[in-house]
Amino acid sequence: MRGRDGNIHRGRPREGYQAMISHLGAMIPVVAGALLARRMKGETGVVGATCLGDGGTSTGAFHEGLNAAAVEKLPLVLVIANNQYAYSTPGSRQYACANLIDKAIGYGVPAHEVDGTDLQACLQVLGEAVQTARNGGGPQFVVGSLLRLVGHGEHDDNQYVDPALKASPLGRDCLAVSEAFLIEKHWATGEEIAGWRIEAKTEVDATAAKVQREPSPDPADEEWSALSERQFGEEIYRS
Amino acid sequence: MISYLQALNAALDKLLADDPRVFLYGQDIGAFGGAFKVTKNLADRYPGRVLDAPLSEDAIIGMAIGAAIEGMRPVVEMQFADFSTCGFNQIVNQAATLFYRTEVSCPIVVRLPSGGTPGGGPFHSQSMEALYAHYPGLIVMTPGTVEDAYSMLLEAVAIDDPVIFCEHKFLYNHLKAESLPDVALPVGKARIARSGRDATIVTHGAMVHESLAAAEELVEDGYEIEVVDLRTVKPIDTDTLLASVARTGRMLCVSESWPWGGVAAEVLARVSTEGFGLLDVPAQRLNARDTPVPYHPDLWTAHRPTADAIAASTRHLLEM
Repeated sequence: MRGRDGNIHRGRPREGYQAMISHLGAMIPVVAGALLARRMKGETGVVGATCLGDGGTSTGAFHEGLNAAAVEKLPLVLVIANNQYAYSTPGSRQYACANLIDKAIGYGVPAHEVDGTDLQACLQVLGEAVQTARNGGGPQFVVGSLLRLVGHGEHDDNQYVDPALKASPLGRDCLAVSEAFLIEKHWATGEEIAGWRIEAKTEVDATAAKVQREPSPDPADEEWSALSERQFGEEIYRS
Repeated sequence: MISYLQALNAALDKLLADDPRVFLYGQDIGAFGGAFKVTKNLADRYPGRVLDAPLSEDAIIGMAIGAAIEGMRPVVEMQFADFSTCGFNQIVNQAATLFYRTEVSCPIVVRLPSGGTPGGGPFHSQSMEALYAHYPGLIVMTPGTVEDAYSMLLEAVAIDDPVIFCEHKFLYNHLKAESLPDVALPVGKARIARSGRDATIVTHGAMVHESLAAAEELVEDGYEIEVVDLRTVKPIDTDTLLASVARTGRMLCVSESWPWGGVAAEVLARVSTEGFGLLDVPAQRLNARDTPVPYHPDLWTAHRPTADAIAASTRHLLEM
């Protein structure tokens, strides 16, 4: 709903696309609960996924959610983008296990590692994880390693990133890697890719322009409520 | 005779029987029937719909939210209200904001076995209604009678928004009624538990009964004390409070929880700002002492408001 929350917390819960809150680990139990409901309603072949960063694996909700999903054997695919930094905090200050996948093993959850800069590898590993979960294999844990090439937000110049990491294979730009792969395989030419880029940019620019032309919410007209049953609302006490 | 606890069990039984969307999730609530036996026999009667959960309040509430988004009506049990702090984030940031953020409602009920019992101690005695009432997006119920335990739990599941259901452990087995009710006051409506003309005691939960006992004690002194049971602390029925104060001119609010920013503080704020002219003397409040809840029964009795303490405070109010 416009103006209620920042635009990265989007979602369409009625269509199964959960709207995240800032506490990312907290979405694991929510997706698990949605899957539990689907099972209770007798739906089969369902799978659910949620994604968080290396920092999110340190939250209590991550551990509680993954464990509860494992106990219920829910078809949950949990994807960790291990991008080496949670805001400015490097992995060495985030966890002491040798590998993030160790966290899943402790809960009896199969874990998969993949080079997060390699699109083809990601598609293959994620595809297998999704299939396994869908077929009754319980939760699957996928860690893709890569390096965040920009800041945590637009305000962040990410000067804290170790130059050695930028120069390492983790520091590859996954889009450039994928383009080179497509060209090498002769699946697309450089000109075609440049065309796709222009097409995508045009679409994004047009959408941004459309949204910017929409009026801002007017506090005098905008109706917003914390409760769907408005008769119970107490917004009137706002002095 | 049916006890407060049996009324809760009967309500859950009816909900499970009537509505396939309802399921129960919580620690030890399955075959064991729950730490207090509120869910006794329900796992047997409704296979696959009364689920034992790991010791993970965050996951329990988060999963209830996800299931509610998918159209279910989950009722989750926190083993003790005190343990809901471990699921606090899911309640106040996820459930309470869902409709505001997405216009998709979040019909979950979080049952909180609340309040003090002898020997409960600091972590098995808390009353958390003020904490949850502070957050927009939650309905907070504090049933103080067998009838309300039953009818308000049915209502809580029918409501499309998240409901924090503060059932009182002290009343579980102590409080009994002849039968279950067919009709009930609407949600958000307070109840005049006893009529009177000399002073109003506003209260909720187990304190309703301590306050009624205090009012009875004051009959010997020739006083007629009105007792108002809030039933829901959010929304709060300011109209009924003001109407009572208009009759009596004096008000004491009694709450089992701590004083700072509590339900009594809110009641006093409402009555003082909206009904100042109705008061003959300043409104008063009586809360638990501002310390953790003590373990030893003697200390516990001194910690929370009792009938004697309420009677003393009411006498003070009447003599002002």
